[in-house]
Amino acid sequence: MEKSRRDFLKIGGISALGLTALPAFKVLAGKKQPVYKLSDKALKGKRWAMVVDMKKCWEKQEKGVCKDCFVACHSIHNVPQIDNPKREIKWIWTEPYENAFPNLEYEYTAEVLKDKPFIVLCNHCSKPPCVRVCPTQATFQRKDGIVMMDFHRCIGCRYCMAACPYGSRSFNWGDPRPYIKKENMAFPTRTKGVVEKCNFCAERLAVGLKPACVEACKAKALVFGDLGDPNSEVSKLLKSNYTIRRKNDLGTHPNIYYII
Amino acid sequence: MKIYDGRKIIPGILIAAVIFSFPFWLNFGKAAVPPKPKLPKEVKNCVEPTPFMRTSHMELLNKWRNLVVRENFRIFAAPDGKDYAMSLQNGCLKCHASKAEFCDQCHKYLDVKPYCWDCHLAPKENK
Ligand code: HEC
Ligand code: HEC
Ligand code: HEC
Repeated sequence: MEKSRRDFLKIGGISALGLTALPAFKVLAGKKQPVYKLSDKALKGKRWAMVVDMKKCWEKQEKGVCKDCFVACHSIHNVPQIDNPKREIKWIWTEPYENAFPNLEYEYTAEVLKDKPFIVLCNHCSKPPCVRVCPTQATFQRKDGIVMMDFHRCIGCRYCMAACPYGSRSFNWGDPRPYIKKENMAFPTRTKGVVEKCNFCAERLAVGLKPACVEACKAKALVFGDLGDPNSEVSKLLKSNYTIRRKNDLGTHPNIYYII
Repeated sequence: MKIYDGRKIIPGILIAAVIFSFPFWLNFGKAAVPPKPKLPKEVKNCVEPTPFMRTSHMELLNKWRNLVVRENFRIFAAPDGKDYAMSLQNGCLKCHASKAEFCDQCHKYLDVKPYCWDCHLAPKENK
């Protein structure tokens, strides 16, 4: 069979084209690949933050001791209740004004603030020192600003505890399980030798729920939202109120704001 | 042939043989029973094909925990069109409801002790 050079080139060209189309064909005809995704209900934000209106909280406290936010957080996350202050584990708790804001405290601190309890938790700093020092990247910052802990990577070196200026982190000196009254079967506990702290309820945001403490607060003193959205409730609160942040001068850029 | 001190050496060899084979005798007759993990009845398929799960579930779990905790993906859309929660406690253990009758069956046989259960909670029966 005679073939002109022209025919040969034509066939060659078509074959080459076929080869380049092969991967595309494979994708189209082949089995569907597994995909990983996040629920459509998930709350999404650019920079999660919380505004704590302490006046609302104190008003409620005057009518009787309220621990709703601590109880909600600690029971959902299997945080053990250890009474020994050297071993206690806490994700959210109170500090007196003088300890929470040592740089704002002075001789003539207003009576309304003296010794007043402030709700404190991990500040989910925009410039988190804990993330910088973690040697295993167990502590890292998510794109939405949450300072997250990957407990699988924590080796218990406690550099992060030394770096955190807010004491937001606790170390498990022993097995926490005996100190957990009722385990939440949907969330893991931690174990001896790892550090832990507030995770801004990453697991709840992923299914469209607000943080447990925010949901539990009947006084609506805790407001959670996205600072990346100028119309969010937190953005509006920050625009219309004077707020303070803990140890602002350290340059960690905390994302928990207080109205006093 | 004459062995000097044969009266001592031969029993000695015999005793040594018994001592060396002792581990073998200890397990003799107790032929290890192959593991029989109890499979779920209500569902037919695992999140991936069974042969893959049998050999590679630990790799899948490792991948999943990174994806969940570090990348914030929490749903696995399997090629069969179903969505699964990428979770040990809220996924695997929802179908394989008994850790003792499933995971532990194989792991006891193999003598692997995944440390996952130091933190991840399995239903109480498994003590
Ligand atoms: C939707 C329910 C379901 C979920 C979720 C599920 N499985 Fe399965 N799994 C099954 C079923 C059903 C089988 C048996 C399939 C068969 O008979 O071929 C199975 C089989 C297996 C096997 C092989 C058992 C054997 O006998 O060889 C392993 C290992 C396994 N699963 C581990 C896991 C792990 C680990 C997870 C979590 C990542 C998980 N499964 C999640 C339903 C599930
Ligand atoms: C069909 C038997 C079988 C079943 C059922 C099974 N596994 Fe495994 N598992 C294995 C084998 C085999 C290994 C690998 C052991 C090795 O590498 O030496 C393993 C290892 C693992 C490891 C890694 C352990 C390590 O220390 O490296 C994890 C984690 C694990 N399995 C989790 C599970 C969970 C969770 C379940 C129940 C949902 C389960 N497995 C059920 C057979 C099984
Ligand atoms: C130090 C405690 C700890 C240990 C040990 C641990 N985990 Fe986790 N794991 C966690 C925590 C805490 C989460 C976060 C849960 C969340 O955000 O929903 C998690 C999340 C996960 C997730 C995704 C979410 C879920 O609900 O399951 C998987 C999968 C997982 N771990 C697998 C493993 C496996 C497999 C092992 C053992 C090889 C293991 N983990 C050991 C604490 C631990």
